[in-house]
Amino acid sequence: MVEPLANPFAPLPAPQAAVLSAALPAHPWVLEADAAGPVIELIDAGKTYRSGTIEFEALKGINLAIHEGEYVAIMGPSGSGKSTIMNILGCLDTLTRGQYRLGGTDVEELDEIELASVRNQQIGFVFQGFNLLSSLPAWRNVELPLVYGHVPREERRKRASRALERVGLGDRLDNKPGEMSGGQQQRVAVARALVGEPTMILADEPTGNLDSVSTRDVLTLFDELNALGRTIVLITHELEVAQRARRIVWVKDGAIIRDEVNAA
Amino acid sequence: MTWMESFRTSWSAVYSHALRSMLTILGILIGIAAVILTVGLGLGTQLDVSAQISSLGSNLLIVAPGSSTSTTGTRGGFGTSATLTIKDAEALSSTVNAPDISGVAPESTTSLSLTANDTNWTTTVTGTTTAWTSVRQRTLARGSFFTQAQADASAAVVVLGSETADELFGTQNVVGQSVVISDKTFQVVGVLATAGSDSSSNLDDVAIVPFSTAATALVGGTSSNAVSTIYLQAASDTQLSAAYQEADALLLNLHSISSTDDADFTISSQDALVSTATAVYQTLTILLTGVAGLSLLVGGIGVMNIMLVSVSERTREIGLRKALGAPPWAIRRQFLIEAAILGLSGGILGAVIGVVAALTLPAVIGSSIVVSPLAVGLSIGVAIAIGIVFGVYPATRAAKLAPIDALRSE
Ligand SMILES: Nc1ncnc2c1ncn2[C@@H]1O[C@H](COP(=O)(O)OP(=O)(O)OP(=O)(O)O)[C@@H](O)[C@H]1O
Ligand SMILES: [Mg+2]
Repeated sequence: MVEPLANPFAPLPAPQAAVLSAALPAHPWVLEADAAGPVIELIDAGKTYRSGTIEFEALKGINLAIHEGEYVAIMGPSGSGKSTIMNILGCLDTLTRGQYRLGGTDVEELDEIELASVRNQQIGFVFQGFNLLSSLPAWRNVELPLVYGHVPREERRKRASRALERVGLGDRLDNKPGEMSGGQQQRVAVARALVGEPTMILADEPTGNLDSVSTRDVLTLFDELNALGRTIVLITHELEVAQRARRIVWVKDGAIIRDEVNAA
Repeated sequence: MTWMESFRTSWSAVYSHALRSMLTILGILIGIAAVILTVGLGLGTQLDVSAQISSLGSNLLIVAPGSSTSTTGTRGGFGTSATLTIKDAEALSSTVNAPDISGVAPESTTSLSLTANDTNWTTTVTGTTTAWTSVRQRTLARGSFFTQAQADASAAVVVLGSETADELFGTQNVVGQSVVISDKTFQVVGVLATAGSDSSSNLDDVAIVPFSTAATALVGGTSSNAVSTIYLQAASDTQLSAAYQEADALLLNLHSISSTDDADFTISSQDALVSTATAVYQTLTILLTGVAGLSLLVGGIGVMNIMLVSVSERTREIGLRKALGAPPWAIRRQFLIEAAILGLSGGILGAVIGVVAALTLPAVIGSSIVVSPLAVGLSIGVAIAIGIVFGVYPATRAAKLAPIDALRSE
């Protein structure tokens, strides 16, 4: 649905956000018209996990608004609810309280097929585990979002190899995940998140398994994507990583304790 | 996601679990092959039996003692009451009263021991008239049938079946030899040409003697005039029903019976025999096909079982595909196609094996197997349908998985 840009990694003339939104046809559920409003908006969002009689309130009514083109890092101790927030933002899980508005639309109003389309077209997800299919070679893993986005086979192969080249794995197209290091697998997962040219990239610990060189490469990639107007939300433990973002949201015990513009 | 794309994904899933897929396919394969074989065997046997009955002659009527009218049920078992006699046969031979009947062959049969030199052999001794060869459509390999003169004189002459001659003398070149039956010496005047066997008896293991000789020398007593069957030959195919009417009227009259319902004999035509036999074998075929169909059902349950395993084994994969934008229908289709591939492969392989067996087995078991293209086509269709029907539940389960739960599963 999204017109592929000639070269997604070529720098766009400013003002990027405007150009990008012009290039993206408006989805009925994506608020392109109200460009001033936030693309992501959590309103009193709560999430209570239930397993049997045991309840655990992982999110205690948080409010968060992220505008298009923002670069946000979410930080917090383990178990504070970061992945929970990310799963909600990625439309993988649903809130038990409050509202999640994506592009101005309450996602609760979307049916399964519309949600699938949102995940496919709008969101590039980098999972905390790599979540690669071990039976498929790298490029086949990367092309998966395009398969569900109705991109023709030839085009898919081209775009998958371009994405893999971009994360420095141009020579590993046909390797299966089992034949790659943890860092390489993580980069395949990043390539898969990029390949569909989504408007938002949600990355859960994308550098958790990378050495400093690979970390720098991936972060540089995010910088470039952000420069192209993509909204980026990433979760990290490392302050160093968080400081590449322009805004840092601190989470603790299911609540946002600080939301600051990155001074650095 | 295009159909082609779904098919590729499903195929690689089937292919990557080759052994498991083969075992599942085996279940379907056996069911399909069994259905094709049982249907084929049933049809083949029906044809065999029809052919055998047809070999009796197309314008043949068979009169047997006992009644089998629908209103009264079977009265007197087949051949148990000696209600038919040689007098009936003689009356039916009348060209005045029964102009449409061209040949009458009464048969009285007894199982007796035959002795030639030192060899004993027990066979069916049939007493009949000279019309027998033409009515039963038999020919002689050697010698000749007994003559009217020999019949009139109650001569001690016998015509042997080819196997009987072989058993007694070790050769069929036995014209002029002597055979002792019930202490009386008979002269062999001819040997019948081979005719095979019908559904109930071996047509080549017989000894034929004049009826009069049998009545006086072999049977004796009150039942000496009784006959077990009278074979009637209509003058032509078109005169068959006229011949039937005449025989019926004549016999009712002779037996002083006023109503057909009370008849103490049964006249059947070859057509009636064919349809009775066909009905019996049809029932048998349906029964056996049902059993074979059950094995197909078991095969289908195998598909379902494997598909459920496949779904739970690949829960994470399903979750990931959904997280990357696969709509529920794409997941459902992927698993349905997978099940259909298993069903179709089983169907095609089963059809191939069934047809090959149908072509090679008859040489071993001696009865024909008819491969009906309809049965083959249907079973392949059924195999796919089974794959899909038994795949629907697992596929729907896969499609309904919530992405996050599927991703979290181990
Ligand atoms: N499915 C679940 N059922 C019950 N409790 C859950 C479930 N998922 C998460 N939790 C709980 O919710 C809390 C938040 O989990 P979450 O995965 O969001 O943490 P996190 O901030 O991502 O931690 P980490 O940095 O270790 O990844 C944790 O205490 C966790 O035990
Ligand atoms: Mg986490």
